[in-house]
Amino acid sequence: MPNIDLIYKIAAVGVLVAILHTVLSKAGKEEYGQIVTIAGVAIVFLMVVELLNRLFQTVKTLFNL
Amino acid sequence: MHILQIVGFALVAAVLTVVVRRLRPELGLLLSLAAGVVILLLVLPSLLSVFQRLRYLSAAAQVNLRYLDTVLKIVGVAYLTEFGAQICRDAGEGALAAKVELAGKVLILLLSVPILNAILDLLIKLLP
Repeated sequence: MPNIDLIYKIAAVGVLVAILHTVLSKAGKEEYGQIVTIAGVAIVFLMVVELLNRLFQTVKTLFNL
Repeated sequence: MHILQIVGFALVAAVLTVVVRRLRPELGLLLSLAAGVVILLLVLPSLLSVFQRLRYLSAAAQVNLRYLDTVLKIVGVAYLTEFGAQICRDAGEGALAAKVELAGKVLILLLSVPILNAILDLLIKLLP
């Protein structure tokens, strides 16, 4: 199953973003921390939208929508 | 077994979601969304053979295939609506979820109008 590692990827990005956010805010760079958070959300969102597209195509062909 | 795969995957995804949600709530939401999509993608292809069987049965019973297609469409709309509404509710947007459900109901009503029409036509034909 190729799309299971996507879950691990998203979790890894989440942990990474959290750590970066903490480090940056501890270093007094609060605004960079926000940017890192937004970038992480955007990257993960792109992956999820691709997956959603596959789901919608499957449902469309399956149910003749 | 397929079900073992799905349950195992769901447990792993649940643990990961709990961990990530505590750190970054917005990424936790995306994680649970992705897990739901993956589970649906794993399950939906097995529905295909059921639908083929249903088509065959309705053809054998000489039911108009258009009606079966309408029913299947309604089931698809219901599945998708439920999925979207649950994701919205998970994100804490209950109002948005209610709107998605309303939209699903309207679309299902729209799909079922031809069947209602056919029933009324049949009734008019039966009644003298």
